[in-house]
Amino acid sequence: MGKKPRVGVFKFASCDGCQLSLLDCEEELLEIADRVEVAYFLEATRLPLTGSFDLALVEGSISTPEQVEQIHDIRARSRVLVTIGACATAGGIQALRNFASVHEFLRLVYATPEYVETLATSTPIADHVPVDFELRGCPVNKTQLLELISATLAGRRPNIPRHSVCIDCKRAGITCLPVAYGVPCLGPVTQSGCGVLCPSYNRGCYGCFGPAQLTNVQGLVQAYRRAGVPEDELDRLFHTFNAWAPGFRESTRPVPKETEGNTEH
Amino acid sequence: MAARQSERIKTIRVDALARVEGEGAFTIRLRDHRVEDVQLRIYEPPRFYEAFMRGRAATEAPDITARICGICPVAYQMSAVRAVEKIYQIHVPPEIRALRQLLYCGEWIESHSLHIYLLHAPDFFRAESALALAKSSPELRQHIERGLRMKRHGNEIVEMIGGRAVHPINVKVGGFYRVPTREELQRLLPDLRWGRDAAIETAKWVASFDFPDFTDDYEFVALQREDEYAILDGVVCSNKGLRIREEEFPDHFREEQVPHSHALHSRKVSNGEAVPGSDRFAGCYQVGPLARWNLNRAMAPEIARQVEADLPVRFPTANPYQSIVARSLEVLTAFDTAIKLIEAYEPPASPSVPFEPRSGTGAAITEAPRGMLYHRYTTDDRGILTEVTIIPPTSQNQLRIEKDLYLIAPRLVELPEEDACWEAEFAIRNYDPCISCATHFLKLQIERQ
Ligand code: SF4
Ligand code: SF4
Repeated sequence: MGKKPRVGVFKFASCDGCQLSLLDCEEELLEIADRVEVAYFLEATRLPLTGSFDLALVEGSISTPEQVEQIHDIRARSRVLVTIGACATAGGIQALRNFASVHEFLRLVYATPEYVETLATSTPIADHVPVDFELRGCPVNKTQLLELISATLAGRRPNIPRHSVCIDCKRAGITCLPVAYGVPCLGPVTQSGCGVLCPSYNRGCYGCFGPAQLTNVQGLVQAYRRAGVPEDELDRLFHTFNAWAPGFRESTRPVPKETEGNTEH
Repeated sequence: MAARQSERIKTIRVDALARVEGEGAFTIRLRDHRVEDVQLRIYEPPRFYEAFMRGRAATEAPDITARICGICPVAYQMSAVRAVEKIYQIHVPPEIRALRQLLYCGEWIESHSLHIYLLHAPDFFRAESALALAKSSPELRQHIERGLRMKRHGNEIVEMIGGRAVHPINVKVGGFYRVPTREELQRLLPDLRWGRDAAIETAKWVASFDFPDFTDDYEFVALQREDEYAILDGVVCSNKGLRIREEEFPDHFREEQVPHSHALHSRKVSNGEAVPGSDRFAGCYQVGPLARWNLNRAMAPEIARQVEADLPVRFPTANPYQSIVARSLEVLTAFDTAIKLIEAYEPPASPSVPFEPRSGTGAAITEAPRGMLYHRYTTDDRGILTEVTIIPPTSQNQLRIEKDLYLIAPRLVELPEEDACWEAEFAIRNYDPCISCATHFLKLQIERQ
């Protein structure tokens, strides 16, 4: 028998929800563990970080000077590096700081801000190192995660569609929330993958899988403006867990100049 | 100071404390074999929730704060909705409260089963992980498989009511977007009945472990109710006579920033002053399963009390290593409560209660799997947040964890380096420290002077 592929799971600024989705693959977990060598997974094992990886799964965004170094180290050790979840692919909810002053934020949360080391921005992994595949979602979808892992280990391209939630929603025959009830929904511009979760619970999509390919964000913004959605509500709608993703980032606000670079605190 | 610099310092270092959810580090400093100080540092980069939430709508609080912790999103959602509902003077009908309680039971089952089987049990066998434990013998593999299945059934409750296990989408201020039918919930019953039996096996299994001999004079703090094992609401109580409403929390507990950590510590104070006795650990307290079980076991379901009575572990206990037993009894409590809630379930007349935003301040505490979770919000008259305070269980336990480490440190220094590191991690994991909550990567460092 050949050597088992070495897999590492790494975390940056995040809530652990995406790597937890991996622990949530209960049945599959012991099977995967039989097929691969889980060489680094802080949440699940005490093994130290050594050697190289056939597959690195990276959760979380880059938000401190130390993390910038760490992600370069992990990239250098890894044959394939994939990012999992909105924090890693778009900067996460913590990227809301990119639109504000981090100094102000520090002062609000900490009595002695000097003790806290942070970057002015929270940015996706791909801003720092080359990424082989980005899996969307806040959190990622379990089935997509398993597809990603098995495809990568088999050396094929994962089968992850790039169309919008809206298309799946129509296919599922769910009543359109904006049309029928005037509920603002980001389904038309959000990437599919969740199984049309919110609309099937009578709720507008809030965009947790980030912008879909080839959609007209500005068209949707204009349509909701015309329908009378208040400007501040519209702005908040586009600026949550994928606030910094191109497409949502500049949907309703100008992108602040001074946060374009990664200035250190 | 000059003298100190000239002294030789030996440093033992563990690069990461594994199997805690998040990232942090410990340093134990010894001088002439006497423990001088202990520090729990939090490396988790700050994410500034309390800052960026200003200017957001209060109705967004449940979805936004859920992202503080992927292991206990329901806890964040529940504290958030309750705090906002206080401001908006919303009273949810009992059917909605029951559904919230059921959703919360799902999270307790999932989070506790994860901690017992995947994170904590390996310590009692000195295994590096549950995966390694499962490989070591067919019998242990069966235990781990049982734990994973229990966890799955917890997830299924959250998925059924919330839409998905991590960051459920169905919770809103005033109730839910859509409520399940009786039939949908009843489909869960056979697995939950299996889970209740599995939880009994779990309690017997973990109670048979060898527990390190350790104890201290703990102050245990938890919500309490007279009519049920408190999860969603209650009065804040302790074994040292504290009895306050959740609004009064800031008068009795104070959050402090410590230089070595990104998380804020909290400690008990009286009238805003540190409690007398004033060593560095004055006012430390414990929240979570051990605190809750010690204080509230009389309110637990009968089956859990019966099972507890036959265990070789006696409660109340002040041995933190036995928290794994308390956790298992809480899993049993959660399965049993979930079954009863489903059996009695009547869908509410409407999935949520309508409301108008208004200005005001509201605070609420619920029992997250790791202990009390406090949220406090202030809104303007359009329902926009102007102030946000969130105190997670891990920052409340932090000082207490440091004190436990301080007490075991004299023994640690006598041990070979690797054993010392492992013992320290073991003691920390008693608290299931979810460090992403308290902001998070753990390193242990022992400095010998
Ligand atoms: S993408 Fe969402 S679920 Fe995943 S780690 Fe970030 S906040 Fe958590
Ligand atoms: S519908 Fe939208 S917000 Fe809801 S889970 Fe799917 S992508 Fe996320």
